[in-house]
Amino acid sequence: MQAANSIGTSLDFFLFVAFALFTIGAIGAMTRKNMIVLLMCIELMLNAVNLLLVTFSTYYGSGDAQIFVFFTMVVAAAEATVGLSIIIMAYRNLKSIDIDMFNQLKN
Amino acid sequence: MAKDLTLILILALPLIGFVINGTIGKKLPKVLVGGLATSVVFVAFLLALTLFNGLNGVQIVRLFEILNYDQITINASFQIDALSVWMTLIITGIGSLIHLFSMGYMSHDPGYHKFFTYLNLFIFSMLLLVLGSNYFVLFFGWEGVGMCSYLLIGFHYNDLQKGKANSLAARKAFIMNRIGDAGLLLGLFMLLGQFGTLEFQKIGTALIANPALQGGAMLLITLCLFIAATGKSAQIPLFTWLPDAMAGPTPVSALIHAATMVTAGIYLTVRSNFLFELAPFTKEIILYIGLATTLVAAFMALRQNDIKKVLAYSTVSQLGLMFVALGFGAYTVALFHVTTHAFFKALLFLGSGSVIHGMHEEQDIRKMGGLAKLMPITHFTFLIGTMAIAGIPFLSGFYSKDEILAQALHHNPAVYAILVVAVTMTAIYMFRLYFLTFHGAFRGGDALRAKVHESGLSMTLPIIVLAFLSVFGGLLNLPGLFFHGAAHWFDHYLSAGTFGLSEVHNAHLDFNTSIGLMIFASIIALGVLFWALRNYAKKGALAKADDQMSAWETLSAKKLYIDEIYDLLFVQPLLKMSAFISNVFDIQILRNGVYALANGVVNTAAQTRKWQNGLLSSYLFWMVLGIILFVSYYILKISVWH
Repeated sequence: MQAANSIGTSLDFFLFVAFALFTIGAIGAMTRKNMIVLLMCIELMLNAVNLLLVTFSTYYGSGDAQIFVFFTMVVAAAEATVGLSIIIMAYRNLKSIDIDMFNQLKN
Repeated sequence: MAKDLTLILILALPLIGFVINGTIGKKLPKVLVGGLATSVVFVAFLLALTLFNGLNGVQIVRLFEILNYDQITINASFQIDALSVWMTLIITGIGSLIHLFSMGYMSHDPGYHKFFTYLNLFIFSMLLLVLGSNYFVLFFGWEGVGMCSYLLIGFHYNDLQKGKANSLAARKAFIMNRIGDAGLLLGLFMLLGQFGTLEFQKIGTALIANPALQGGAMLLITLCLFIAATGKSAQIPLFTWLPDAMAGPTPVSALIHAATMVTAGIYLTVRSNFLFELAPFTKEIILYIGLATTLVAAFMALRQNDIKKVLAYSTVSQLGLMFVALGFGAYTVALFHVTTHAFFKALLFLGSGSVIHGMHEEQDIRKMGGLAKLMPITHFTFLIGTMAIAGIPFLSGFYSKDEILAQALHHNPAVYAILVVAVTMTAIYMFRLYFLTFHGAFRGGDALRAKVHESGLSMTLPIIVLAFLSVFGGLLNLPGLFFHGAAHWFDHYLSAGTFGLSEVHNAHLDFNTSIGLMIFASIIALGVLFWALRNYAKKGALAKADDQMSAWETLSAKKLYIDEIYDLLFVQPLLKMSAFISNVFDIQILRNGVYALANGVVNTAAQTRKWQNGLLSSYLFWMVLGIILFVSYYILKISVWH
């Protein structure tokens, strides 16, 4: 594929960083039990996607995807707010922020 | 009144009686219930008389269409001809007498209205059977009478002592008849396949127009029809239900199991004469089955001790005699015997009913004796019936039996010889029954003797009328040698007015043979009478106890162990097979199969349920794994493409 601007051949680098961020986030979300870490991991994955969007947007010389990134950041901020308040409520009820304690809906 | 309207009324009247008694009969007074049931049948009889008077060839009355599909049309249509009108006269005439008798006989029964409901339904079904102009209507009536027979045999199903036996007898009759009915159905389907119609006349004319239809098909069809006849008319091998059917109230035995329903098989054969004439082999079979039945049943009747059982075996034997006549192609002769048999056997059954009623439900002739003085009217009429069936000269049975014997002598002297044996046995068991019941000393104990009484008018009147008929019934078909002008009226009447019968001619013996035959028959009957008088009446001989009987007596009393043999051959294997199927198929395959399925579902659920462990991290893990698998699959796919 023909490079359209200054990013040039370093596209692979950006992709690699995004992929690494996403993988760290995903593995963290799967393995850690602390809810706050979990939330951070989710943010990490979101940002990995944001990075991808920005990278490709620049690569193709089109600003559309960058608008998406703003939306994602707003939603992520709202989500973090809601998530943190849930964590606080969970802590008040269970005296713990271990995600595995959070299984009361099962029965 | 127009003929078709009369016919419809004849059919409708018993139906109306059935509906009224069946719906509101319980609330009506007994006189009204019985009176209504009796009068509808009697009015039907009067209407049938007007039909008989105005009989003029064959007339078909079409009511409505039952089925119309792909060139096959089946109508609810009825036929007025000599045969159907004659059967209607017998059914409604004797039927109304027996209804009248039942009013007295059943007067103490709590199921009074139910009884008359069933009786009316029976009359309606029987009229359908004989009046239908096609096999479909006939089949409808055929099933109807079978059902009524079942209901009435098991009428006292909740009796404390005999209830179970009654229900079993009813079931036996029903199942035995089912076997015959299967034959009828098969025959009907084959007829429909061959001719595309079930109308008697259309089949008959098609056969005349196209003789190529004869042959193997005719043989099969007639055999199937004959199987039906053996079921309904209690011939070997399906006869064992009729003696058991005596569990029903006595008027039922008289009406259904002696006078009318059991002659349906003979009616079917006479009605289908054009088929049977084309199947000589079937006629041979009919002849030998009839012969065997008449002999075997007469033998069994010799040592029965239940007054009704004797009459039941006698009925089977007489029906066998009629089939012998049919086997010779002497249709009018058979029907003449149907007629006289209806008279004297209804008389005998009603007489026995009167005895049983007077004896307070005692049926064992070993406990009777000397009833002649206690029940004079019953005694006298019973004597007439006995003499008529035994063939004492100039009573009705003498003429009709003599006709059959004459046919036998003409066609096959060996058959004649066997029939003479059977006829002799008939006379023996009937006189034994008569003398043990009405003569000698009373054996039922003094307490019972004081209670024995003659029956009331509603019971004696029908018996007296039937006694008259039994005496003079022979006048219908006098033999040619005495009365040239009036002779063979019945033969002429039937063969002139019934489809197919005009082509069939009975054999006629020459003068000397006929006279000899009659004298011989008379000697036998009278000889047996005097022998029985000496053996049973004078000595007041008792029926022997079971352990004193000789071998042949035991055989007769135990009915040749036919029931036991059937039990061994059919019932037990069936039960074993059912048990086997129940064990292997139901329990092992079906039940265990269903259990295995259910357990499989439960186990699978228990396994899959472990995924739902409520741990977010594991959900995430599976989700990511899934995504990875999907994505790698598509990546692989794309890379393989390129």
